[in-house]
This record gives sequence, structure tokens and C-alpha cells, in this order.
Amino acid sequence: MDIYLPIANLSVNALVIVLLGGGVGLLSGMLGVGGGFLTTPLLIVYGIPPTVAAASAASQVTGASVSGVFAHFRRDGVDTKMGGVLVAGGLLGSLAGGQVFRLLQATGQIDTVIAIIYVLLLGFIGSMMGREAIGAIRVSRGAVPPRARKRRHHPLVAALPFRTRFYRSGLYISPLAPLLLGFFVGILTILLGVGGGFILVPAMLYLLGMTTQVVVGTSLFQTLFVTAMATMVHATTTKAVDIVLAALLLLGSVAGAQVGARFAAKAKPEYLRLALAIIVLSLAVWIAIGLGWRPAEIYSVEAS
Amino acid sequence: MKAWWIVLLAPLLIAAESKPVLVPDVSQRNIEIVYSFTGADLLLFGAILYPGGRLPQDDKPTDIVVVVKGPTQSILVREKEKLGGLIWVNAARLRYRSAPSFYAIASSRPIASLLDERTRAIYELGLDSLQLSPATSALDDRQDRFAHGLVDLKRRAGLYVEKPGAVEITDGVLYRAVVTIPARVPVGRFTAETFLVRDGHVLAVATRDIEIRKSGFERFVARSAERNAVLYGLVAVVLSVAFGWGAGLIARRF
Repeated sequence: MDIYLPIANLSVNALVIVLLGGGVGLLSGMLGVGGGFLTTPLLIVYGIPPTVAAASAASQVTGASVSGVFAHFRRDGVDTKMGGVLVAGGLLGSLAGGQVFRLLQATGQIDTVIAIIYVLLLGFIGSMMGREAIGAIRVSRGAVPPRARKRRHHPLVAALPFRTRFYRSGLYISPLAPLLLGFFVGILTILLGVGGGFILVPAMLYLLGMTTQVVVGTSLFQTLFVTAMATMVHATTTKAVDIVLAALLLLGSVAGAQVGARFAAKAKPEYLRLALAIIVLSLAVWIAIGLGWRPAEIYSVEAS
Repeated sequence: MKAWWIVLLAPLLIAAESKPVLVPDVSQRNIEIVYSFTGADLLLFGAILYPGGRLPQDDKPTDIVVVVKGPTQSILVREKEKLGGLIWVNAARLRYRSAPSFYAIASSRPIASLLDERTRAIYELGLDSLQLSPATSALDDRQDRFAHGLVDLKRRAGLYVEKPGAVEITDGVLYRAVVTIPARVPVGRFTAETFLVRDGHVLAVATRDIEIRKSGFERFVARSAERNAVLYGLVAVVLSVAFGWGAGLIARRF
């Protein structure tokens, strides 16, 4: 079933896009990530122009995070104060990201920069998550659990001024720390079209030292607002949001996410985390190989 | 007023006395892009009118060349280069002020055997004769390299097409050719030019315009994205929130 995308200016097979969204949604529901880091590269492989892919993938992540945020609110799993500070940082970051995006586009290095950021981030996070998951699996198979790490924030975070209390997170820290974190993730959201949950969650746990119960809910809260903002930034600057493409992706991904969430309820979380780590690491290796391999296209054309 | 027209037309009428004239047409003057658009087959056809209605008696063959061109675009072509033996990055670049977004040429015989290189360059007949007009001056070999890269890229995307032998001529007077317009073309004014070639010379040229535009919902979406960017963005956000929320509500029922 072919359908014409009015902004991307090409026709695609609607079923392929819905299935692509569904597959990403399945993973996102199972593993609790937005899935933007998979959608954007997959769309580009399918032939969608990179800018349109990044701009439209952000709205898919918005859709994927909505139902999660509501679910966490019902369980009182969102620290709205912490979330608010993260969102504020994220909004500033997405505006700054828009400028960086334009600058990199003008010099023609946007694709290379995106690929390098992907390799570094995915490689780092994948190996961290993999190590942690393997440790957890060992414990579940009867190994002696290591002494629980004391929950505390990074010394750099403790050094920042204007401390305030974040009750739900169980923290007494400067709001500058989550603001900076939100800012950084906001830039990445614009550049990569990702929600940033896969960076935010480990950073909240290991840098800020937040209570585990509110980490995922608060991260989704931030993702919801910042991806919505990213859609707005792209709609007004690059004008590359393809609403038909976004709707097709959403259709697949929200359905897939619900199915994935059911799977997740039955599966063991440490195996799911290991699976995510393997996916993330193989994606990093794939992109790294792509950087060094002679590309299929030496020449590229863009409107000027 | 009428006399004025006759004065204007007079040279044409005289020309018609000695040279053949082309009467071309296209199957579609307007191509509307709707949601199910996957490209269009454009039929270019017409008749060759010889002076006095007599076919030439010598044994030199008559050939027809048709060219369909899309609106020209200002584009930037980048070339990747291996940096430090490690990764491939965009390095050299060349800007073109007016490269055709779409170019299809069909002819009754291979174009190189019909006209010499100079004539092909004048009429821009053939992918190796396109006047791409680089905006920045560059060395010849670099220009050639980029032009070759650009044409190769566009050709594989189906946007630059060469179809030798695709024009059929019936009884020396009627011709027809089919040119496929892919879904990836930009919208705008296309031109279909028909050339009558005999004995290494272009004897007649005729042009028809074809308008390709988005219509209905596609037109509405593209226009809203351009003119009401803020509202368009808000609709996209509301749509994604509604989808996510809706799915959550439905899933909780089961």
C-alpha cells in the first residue's frame, strides 16, 4: 500500500512504516526506552531524507512516552519538581540544539557528527548496561551479590550552589545539576531525534543519585515535554516534520508499545536489560563500521 | 491589431514553407499529486508536418528527440573523502545555480549518433551535455568529477533518465514516447521539448508545459507546514499525545 509523504516528497509503503514503528514500539514497551535511537537510522536506511527522519521520529517518541507517563503518575512515580527542572533545561537545550543543527548543516558535517555521537554514546551506555545486567543475572543464578552501592550523588554535583530539596527523589542538591543534564539531553534530542531516556536514566541513577522508584517516570516526563518541544523547533525552523509519516509511525509504535509492555511484565528484567545492551552495542558497532567503510555514495546533493 | 499578429507570424509562416513543423502534445498537462501518487507515465506524442504534406524523398532518416525537464534548482553537491585513513567525511563541495531537478531524454536512435557534441551541448541533449553552471569557479577536472558524480547519483534515483530508442515513429509522421515521472520529483513547472533531427541538424523544436502540483490533502499539509508552522507543529504534538493516550486507554480495557 503506497502512500505519498507530503513533506518528504516521496511515496513509501505505508505497511513498512507501520511495521517499523511497531517493531520499535515493541522494544520500547519491553525495555522502557523511547526508541528514537532506532527509528531515525532505520528511516534513513529506508530512504527518508535525514532531516525529515529526525524531525518526524521525535513525535513518535512523544506518543510512546505519553501512556508511560500517565501510568507512572498513577503510581506516584514522577517527581514533578525534578521533572520541571529537567524540562526547563531540556527546552533551553533544544533551542541551543536548533542552532547547532543549523551550523553543522551549513558546514556539511551533520551526518558525521551525528554518527560519531551515536557511536560514543551507544558504546558507552551499552557496555555499562551490559556489565550491570550480566552482574544481575549472575546474582539471580546464585552468585554472591556484591555489596549494595551506597546511593549518593557525584561529588561534582554536591559542589554546586543553591541547594534545594527534591522530596520524591530523596535529594538535597542544587537545581543546576538537573538543569545542565536536561540541557545536554535537549541538545541530543534535536540532533538525533531521540528522547534521551537511555542517557537520562543512568545519569539520574549514577550522577544525581535519585531514588530508583521515580527515575523512569521522571525521565519519561522529561522526554514527553522535550520531544514535543523538539517537534515544535523542527516545525518552525527546518519545516521538516512530516505529519503523515509521524502518524504512520505512531500507529505502529503505540500498538507495539502496549504489546511490549505485556511481554515485559512476564519476562525477567535483567535479561531484558541485557537484550537492550546487546542491541545498543551492535548498533554502535554497525555505525562505527559505517564511518570507516567506503560509503556507497561518495557524492550527496542538498538544496541550497 | 490583426495586422500586427500577421507581421509577427510572418517569419514563422515563411519558415513553415521550407522546414517541417512539429505538432506535439502530452497526455497530461496537469499532474496532481495525491496520497496514492507513486509516479506517472507521461505519453508524449505528436505529428511531423512536412512542407506541402510530402515526405522527403531522400533516404536520410528523420529522428525525434523528446526531453522532459523539471524545474531547475540551486543545489550543493558534497564529496566524501577519507580523513586520516579512518573515517569518511564530507570534504570538497561545489554549488550549482541551476541544475534540473528532473531530466529525461528519449530518442528514436541513440542521441550520440544523431548530433555532434557541439549541437548536443547547445540544446542540452543527453546527460553528458547538461549545462549545470557551477556557481563557484573550479578546475575543469574537478568540475567533471562533480558533474559525473551528480549525474550518476540522480540517474540511480530515477531522476535523470536516458532512453535511446524509446521514441516510436509511425509512417514517418506520427511519433510517440512514454516517459515515467517518479514519485520523488519536486513540484513545479515541467517542460516537454520535442526536437526534429535530420542529417545532423535540429530542424524544428516545440515545447509544451506540464504542471505538477500537490492537490487535496497533500497540498493542504505542505502549505500548512510552510505558512502556519506553529499551528502545524502543535497539531503534530497533539496528534502524537492523542495516539499515545488513546492506545493506553484501549489497552487498559483488555
